[in-house]
Amino acid sequence: MSKYTEEELKKELETKEYEYGFYTDIESDTIPVGLNEDVIKLISQKKNEPQWMTDWRLEAYKAFKDMVEPEWANVHYKKPDLQAISYYSAPNKKPKYESLDEVDPELLETFNKLGISLDEQKKLAGVAVDIVMDSVSVATTFKETLAEKGIIFCSISEAIQEHPELVKKYIGTVVPQKDNYYAALNSAVFSDGSFCYIPKGVRCPMELSTYFRINQAGTGQFERTLVIADEGSYVSYLEGCTAPSRDENQLHAAVVELIALDDAEIKYSTVQNWFPGDKEGKGGVFNFVTKRGLCEKNAKISWTQVETGSAVTWKYPSCVLKGDNSIGEFYSIAVTNNFQQADTGTKMVHLGKNTKSTIISKGISAGKSQNSYRGLVHVSPRAANARNFSQCDSLLMGNECGAHTFPYIENKNSSSRIEHEATTSKIGEDQIFYCNQRGIDTEKAIALIVNGFSKEVLNKLPMEFAVEAQKLLEISLEGSVG
Amino acid sequence: MLKIKNLKASIEDKEILKGINLEIKPGEVHAIMGPNGSGKSTFANVIAGREEYEMTDGSIELDGEEISELDPEERAHRGVFLSFQYPVEIPGVSVTNFMKTAINETRKAQGKDEMPAKDMLKLIREKSELLEIDRKFLSRSLNEGFSGGEKKRNEIFQMAMLEPKLSILDETDSGLDIDALRIVANGVNKLKSKDNATVVITHYQRLLDYIVPDYVHVLYKGRIVKSGGKELAHELEERGYDWIKEEVDA
Ligand SMILES: Nc1ncnc2c1ncn2[C@@H]1O[C@H](COP(=O)(O)OP(=O)(O)OP(=O)(O)O)[C@@H](O)[C@H]1O
Ligand SMILES: [Mg+2]
Repeated sequence: MSKYTEEELKKELETKEYEYGFYTDIESDTIPVGLNEDVIKLISQKKNEPQWMTDWRLEAYKAFKDMVEPEWANVHYKKPDLQAISYYSAPNKKPKYESLDEVDPELLETFNKLGISLDEQKKLAGVAVDIVMDSVSVATTFKETLAEKGIIFCSISEAIQEHPELVKKYIGTVVPQKDNYYAALNSAVFSDGSFCYIPKGVRCPMELSTYFRINQAGTGQFERTLVIADEGSYVSYLEGCTAPSRDENQLHAAVVELIALDDAEIKYSTVQNWFPGDKEGKGGVFNFVTKRGLCEKNAKISWTQVETGSAVTWKYPSCVLKGDNSIGEFYSIAVTNNFQQADTGTKMVHLGKNTKSTIISKGISAGKSQNSYRGLVHVSPRAANARNFSQCDSLLMGNECGAHTFPYIENKNSSSRIEHEATTSKIGEDQIFYCNQRGIDTEKAIALIVNGFSKEVLNKLPMEFAVEAQKLLEISLEGSVG
Repeated sequence: MLKIKNLKASIEDKEILKGINLEIKPGEVHAIMGPNGSGKSTFANVIAGREEYEMTDGSIELDGEEISELDPEERAHRGVFLSFQYPVEIPGVSVTNFMKTAINETRKAQGKDEMPAKDMLKLIREKSELLEIDRKFLSRSLNEGFSGGEKKRNEIFQMAMLEPKLSILDETDSGLDIDALRIVANGVNKLKSKDNATVVITHYQRLLDYIVPDYVHVLYKGRIVKSGGKELAHELEERGYDWIKEEVDA
């Protein structure tokens, strides 16, 4: 581990409260609350979108109006009032910085608090950062290096302007507008997000990284991410998020679509630590996300996620294994503490022959939280020799939390092989005492045990993310035991 | 170094230790023997500060300072080490990582900087050689799937790494094969100095052939009922505990 980790770790351990709970006061352009066709047209207009995009949004909105909020997930919350949300908020003057001196100091301060100042990021070799702050991408770096290889990495708004043919061709192909309630909402009102295209045969030379942040009180964030890996290409994409503390719940309904064409590979890693609400369960982000990837022949998509934040999470990064020999992977750590609720898992849809999927899910529950794994493995009649291996482990801390596993298997092909393993364990007094006896205090002992429990997934994360993820695990479990 | 006076302790309102007095000076080795269930492990755990055991009376002084109110980790920071009779498994945490954390947490508590990586590496190399431990072993999850003997050897490896002032070895010999016993005992002997002390809890004289005690105590029904030199261990090996029980119960 680097010195950064250890130092940071120690510092973080001293912080009890959600440390990213601050609010940046940047002037922003916010439209009035409410949701209707005019609002959608206004968003599209403000973003100067072509007609086809406006129409696409309106089509989504039409479908949305006939849909109802789903209730099957194992979570309980007060439904957000969608008419009380403002659907667009952009930093006032969309800046184009030549140097850091031109950047709004408050914005820089925010980045500093996040430990991701542009300055630092620039030095962090191999990481290009596209920062989405309250819906509009305000800074993009490393673009040129990427451009040399023909890689497009920009905000989705920019892509709509600059590469309409790609956006038009792929948007909604993996997650259709009417896929589900929140996906439809997102399709209608999405404000920004990231777009990435890797040309044929190109191996993206660096980890692409985006930091999302919800910043304006009362604005839900609806990002749309579209990643296309053309034939034989490779990309590793990192998504990390933090949000300031707020009293009222903030809605977050993102859509991420991944397309891996023949022989392509996409690694998509997420670290999510949005405000989980306070110790009494007040506030926190509602995180209702639709993430799905499509694999063509011999393609591979890996989802890796570390979920520690949000009051309510509802998220199932999935893979549609359409092409023969394609591979889907899902590695997940979900931590819930206090009053958090998470219902997360994956769907592996085997359509092609010889398709393979692996699911490793680690749920950690503390406090009065509820943590559910929900996974579907679907094998179609055509998917000869499909293979799946699922492993769901739960770790409980204390007696007031809950861990639940809901594995669904739909197998329509007798040549397939599906394996499912599940374990539930508790952190034992004897483990804690053993650590204590070696000079490790209880808080640190828990972090150590939890990190050990999560190791298989942590190992899947790119190095710099793994460090952050470990830190987050510790922060989110602080104060969870005596 | 360690001064224990009238130590009484209970678990779930059942009194297990009924007034133990013991003084250990730097450089000494004390052996504690006694029938199953007599309270040996309880005694070790109470000194280490395990919360499940309630200390109801008496005092534990380490270097003249009362430690019975301290948390287990604080006692560890002051140099108390317990080699567990049943070492605990921690899945996913390598022996190396565990030791690194233990050492650095202890150093932090003592106001020292973290141990530089190269010193750590050197220490690991040296101590794993001392206990003839394969380096690959150190990358495995702590105690997970270790054989009984491997667990015990690993306990002494940890002791070697932490260089405690007071080591309490709770049946470290059980589960060790003849060669391992020699290696482990040899390790313990090498770690002995005039400044530290060792308490060896055992059922068998054999270990005491290697780690030669200055004193042997017999614990029975929560009390030290007999103390003597190393020849007492021989006598117990020959005669068993009945004669002592008779003396006490009479
Ligand atoms: N957690 C516990 N709950 C209930 N009783 C306990 C507990 N721990 C110890 N005891 C009891 O306390 C008594 C002393 O146990 P202890 O483990 O100290 O014995 P010991 O001398 O170490 O025995 P052995 O030689 O078998 O290791 C025993 O009767 C045991 O059953
Ligand atoms: Mg015992």
